[in-house]
Amino acid sequence: MSTTRRRFIGFAGASAAVAAFGGCASLSTHPPAGGRVVVIGGGYGGASAATRLRQLAPQIEVVLIEREPAFVSCALSNRILAGTMAIDELTVGYGGLAANGVRVVRGEVTAIDADARAVRLAGGSVLRYDRLIVAAGIDFMYETIPSMAADPGQAMQVVPHAWKAGAQTLLLRRQLEAMPDGGVFAIHIPPTPYRCPPAPYERVSQVAWYLRNNKPKSKIVVLDSNDAIVAKAGLFTAAWKKWYPGMIDYRPKSLLVDVDLRTLTAITEFEKVRADVLNVLPPMRAGRIAAQAGLVTTNARWCDVNYLTLESVKVKNVHVLGDSTFAAPGMAKSGHMANQHAKVCASAIADLMQDRMPFASPMMINTCYSFITDREAVRVSHVHRYDADKRTMMLIPGGVGLSAEPTALEGTYAVRWAQNIFASMLG
Amino acid sequence: MQRTNRRGGPFQQALAANALVLAVATTGVHAQDMNTARHLAQTCTNCHGTNGLSVGGMPSIAGQDREYLARQMRDFRDGKRPATVMHQLAKGFTDPEIDALAAWFAAQKSPARR
Repeated sequence: MSTTRRRFIGFAGASAAVAAFGGCASLSTHPPAGGRVVVIGGGYGGASAATRLRQLAPQIEVVLIEREPAFVSCALSNRILAGTMAIDELTVGYGGLAANGVRVVRGEVTAIDADARAVRLAGGSVLRYDRLIVAAGIDFMYETIPSMAADPGQAMQVVPHAWKAGAQTLLLRRQLEAMPDGGVFAIHIPPTPYRCPPAPYERVSQVAWYLRNNKPKSKIVVLDSNDAIVAKAGLFTAAWKKWYPGMIDYRPKSLLVDVDLRTLTAITEFEKVRADVLNVLPPMRAGRIAAQAGLVTTNARWCDVNYLTLESVKVKNVHVLGDSTFAAPGMAKSGHMANQHAKVCASAIADLMQDRMPFASPMMINTCYSFITDREAVRVSHVHRYDADKRTMMLIPGGVGLSAEPTALEGTYAVRWAQNIFASMLG
Repeated sequence: MQRTNRRGGPFQQALAANALVLAVATTGVHAQDMNTARHLAQTCTNCHGTNGLSVGGMPSIAGQDREYLARQMRDFRDGKRPATVMHQLAKGFTDPEIDALAAWFAAQKSPARR
């Protein structure tokens, strides 16, 4: 028995029960007879998994732990920057999850003890689980940007990432509103893999939409660490030429080495770019709790999983979903994909906890819409199928689909996609 | 209860009510295929709604006629019905999977007319 475990068990004996959000009843430290699954994170992955588990195996107690009061969708949040969507439209409370029988706990997990099958929350409460789902999203590697490393929380108030929707998105919007006409918006795109491959280019398009209509003398400088546009390249290139001619200056192979927070200057290996609004997406890795729990397997950043169950290859009874995973070949880190991970995972857990074999040939589908203007959008889709020989999810032949061109119809579908996925995962 | 889908009628209502039993009986889709379909249907439901019941905007496929659903999927796949995305996604499924998915969604509770 490890030291951690002993300490944990000691703590468990002393800990008070956990109060569930919106409910009167509290949670005991030990799982009920039907078993307990604890879900860390209430984003696309975690909320989807919790909901699906309740549908498939209502006898299992599902506890979802989330530090934020409500879900705010990253998908579509670039439209807030364009001024064509309000954050309220992308915000969904956790009341629907609770109504579906998920025990929602507002809080933060500070430690996972996989030997004892227990999590500890800030405040000291301990919850034991039969299986744990870690859907912790991404963490930003601010240590790679020296001037932001010491106090990222403060630095991101000056140079926002706006890559987790919420206050950061609104901050970037306010900065754009305050920018003078003729100013420069600069954005840095980190090396792949990062959350939502096409989204930085959608952001460029949406900021361009706002500037073209409000501050037409302004410029956008795109500092992309990658060799070329990472996703939907032809579609974005053509769209920028058509709708925003002369406004967007795209510079590939522009790896950020530092920023000057005082002058809002991005410093790459080759040049310094001064901006009026500077938006830096730092390199990304699995959410912090995943690293603390020893789930990281690959490049010190990502968590490899068995794609039949999404169980960690490293830590038994712990499943990892969504952006934290070491992606299968050609698999995007997207909200839609996190939802697909969640459904395969929930199905497998429902089977495993009832001593059945998990389904042996799952599929996962991804669709990802990007707005070009206020109405027109483009889309990429992926179809993956489990390959028993390669023991991972593989794109089927011809499994990548793209829009032919931006259309308002796909813009409409993008919004409907959101309405339906919100309802299916959050009730 | 009246139904909103275009193939609504007494037969479909009975099919929905008797769900899996009728679906299996009328199609020859076996229980194992229905289990496969239940898993594969999870790739459809983030856009088409839980169990195929859309909250709006996307077509509800729950309780639709089995043959109609299967034919649409094949028409998407073969390029006979234009689409924004379904012509690409439909290529991911085999004929038996399309039949099983169609039977599974046909057996789900259909939307009621408001």
